Amino acid sequence: MKAKAIKKKGEFAKLPTGDKAILTVAYIILGVFLLAIILPVIYIILASFIDPVTLQNKGLTFDFSKWTLTAYERVMTNSQIWVGFKNALLYSVEFTVLSVAVTLLAAYPMSRPDFRGRGFFNVIFVITMFFGGGLIPTYLLINDLGLYDNPLAILLPGAFSVWNMIIARTYYQGIPRDLQEAADIDGASEMQYFFKILLPVCTPIIATIAMWNFVGMWNSYFDAMIYLNSASKQPLQLVLRSILIQSQPEPGMVSDIQSTAQRAQLAELLKYATIIISSLPLMIMYPFFQKYFDNGIMAGAVKG
Amino acid sequence: MSKPPRGTLARTGGSTRAHSTLVYLRQHWQLYVFFIMPAFLLTVIFRYIPMGGIAIAFTDYNPIQGILGSDFVGVSHFTRFLSSPDFLSYLVNTLKLSVFGLLWGFPAPILLAFLLNRILSKKRKQKIQLVLYMPNFISVIVLCGIVRILLSPTGMVNMLLGTSVNFMTLPSAFRTIYIASGIWQGAGWSSIIYTAALSNASKDLKEAAVIDGANLIQQIRAVEWPAIKDTVLIQFIMSVGNIMSIGFEKAYALQTDLNMASSEIISTYVYKLGLIQADFGFSTAVGLFNTVINVILLISMNAIVKKMNDGKGI
Repeated sequence: MKAKAIKKKGEFAKLPTGDKAILTVAYIILGVFLLAIILPVIYIILASFIDPVTLQNKGLTFDFSKWTLTAYERVMTNSQIWVGFKNALLYSVEFTVLSVAVTLLAAYPMSRPDFRGRGFFNVIFVITMFFGGGLIPTYLLINDLGLYDNPLAILLPGAFSVWNMIIARTYYQGIPRDLQEAADIDGASEMQYFFKILLPVCTPIIATIAMWNFVGMWNSYFDAMIYLNSASKQPLQLVLRSILIQSQPEPGMVSDIQSTAQRAQLAELLKYATIIISSLPLMIMYPFFQKYFDNGIMAGAVKG
Repeated sequence: MSKPPRGTLARTGGSTRAHSTLVYLRQHWQLYVFFIMPAFLLTVIFRYIPMGGIAIAFTDYNPIQGILGSDFVGVSHFTRFLSSPDFLSYLVNTLKLSVFGLLWGFPAPILLAFLLNRILSKKRKQKIQLVLYMPNFISVIVLCGIVRILLSPTGMVNMLLGTSVNFMTLPSAFRTIYIASGIWQGAGWSSIIYTAALSNASKDLKEAAVIDGANLIQQIRAVEWPAIKDTVLIQFIMSVGNIMSIGFEKAYALQTDLNMASSEIISTYVYKLGLIQADFGFSTAVGLFNTVINVILLISMNAIVKKMNDGKGI
C-alpha cells in the first residue's frame, strides 16, 4: 500500500525520518479505510452467488459447484421489485424536476439586492430550517389535504429546499453583474434574463442540485413508509425494507419451498442479491457525476 | 449598491415611497408571481401550517373533533413524558448516540482530507476518492441490510473473528454499529469540503515552508490547518446545533426487539407512539420537546461562535 501510494520513491527517501514515519502511518490508515469499504462489497458480491445451505454452514467457498444464480433469478423474476424500481424512478425524476424548478426560481429574486421583500422572505424561509411542526402535525395535514396514499405526499413537502436555494443564490451572485446590466439595457424581461442568460451559465450548480435531489429521493423510505399504503405505489426502498430489514421476502420469491429452515436460508441469500441489484444503478451512475461533487460542496461552503 | 430600476421610471422626482413601491411592483411583478410564489406557497402550506398544528400537543387530540373540538389539557402531556421512567432513557439514548457520533464522526473526514492531501498523484487521488465516496450513494436501507448481513452470526465479521455472536441483538453494540457504519458511509463524502479548503492552501506558502526545512507537522500547523480552520469551525457548530435532530431512518432500520434498550431514541419513540398507536397529542408534545431543545442548542452555539469569531455568527 505504502509503496503504491507514493508516486516517486526517490522523493520519499529524501524526507526526514520523522516525516517518513508519519507518512507511512498515514498511508496505512488510508489503506485500511479503503479496505474497509471494498472488502464488504466484495464479500456481498461473492456470497450472492453461493448456494444458501453452503453459505449458512460454511460461509464463502470457492468450490464453484456450490455456486448458483438462484437468488438473482428469484429476485429478478419478482414483480414487486420491478414495481419498486419503476416507482422509485418515477418519483425521483418527478421530484428532481419539481424541486430544481421551484428552488432555482426562488433563488433568483433572493439573489438580487434590489428585490423588495427580500428580508421578509429570507426570514420566512430560514426559520423553517431550524423549526418545524414535527411529524404528527405534518402527517395530519397531509391527511386533511387528502394526500394519503397519493405520491404527491412524498413529492410536495420537500420540494422546496431552503438550503439548496441558498446555494443557488450564492452561485447566481457569483455571476458577473455586467450580464444583468446588459440585459437591462436591452429591455429583457425578468423571465428572459433568467431563462436565456442566467440559467445557461449555471449548469454546474443545476446538475449538482439535481443530483442531490435524485439520490435523496431514490434512497429515502420514511415518507413513503408513512404515506403510501398501496403495494402498487411503493418505491424500491420500501420493497427492500421488507426483504432486508424485516426479513420478509416478497411472497412469490420463496413460497415454493416447503421446509421452513430452507425458506429462511433462501430468504437470507436473497438479501445479498437484492443489495447488488438495487444498488447497481446508482453505483454505475455516480462516477459520471464526480466532476460536480466538488463545486456543489464548495458552493455550499460559501454561506449566503 | 442597488441599481436604478429598469425601464422608464428612473427618477420621477418627489414621488412618495408608496408610489415608488407601486411602480416597482408593476415592473417586477414577475419576480413575485413566477419566481417566489411556488416556494412561498409550499413553505406556508407544508412548513407553517404544521407549526400551527403544534397546538395538538396541548390537547387530547381526536381527529374527528379536530384541534378546536378536542379537550385542552395544558402541559399535562409534557409532565407525563418528563416524569415517565422511560423519558430519561430515551433522552440519554438520543444524546449519547449523537454526542458520541459527533466525537467519532466529526474528526474522521478531516483526518481523511489530510491523508488525501498527502497523495501527490492527482489521478491516484481521484481513484481513491471515487472509492471513498461510493458508500454515500448506498441507501439507508441497503446500508442497514449490509450491516445486518455482515454482523449476523454467520456473517463476515464473525467469520473473521471466529465467533458467532449476534451483534444486532446486543444493546451494548448498537451505538458502535450505528456510529461506525455512519463513518463508513459518510466520512469520505464529508471530506470533500475539507479537501476543497485544503486545495486552497497557497502552494507558494507550502513550498516556502518546505524550503525553510519545515517538517510535516510544522507544515500542517503553519499552512494546512489555517486553511481549513474556518470550515472546521462552521461545520462543527452546525453539527452541534443539530445534535437532537438525529435521523430517524437509520436508527429505526437498525432497531431489533432485543437492542431496544439503547436503540430507542426520541424520534423513533415519537413515530411509534404517534403513527402506530395514534396517540397524537402526546407524541406531538414529545416531538416539540425535542425541537425546542434543538433550537436552544442552535441559538447558544451561534452565540458562542459570535463571541469567538469577532461578532460574526452563522
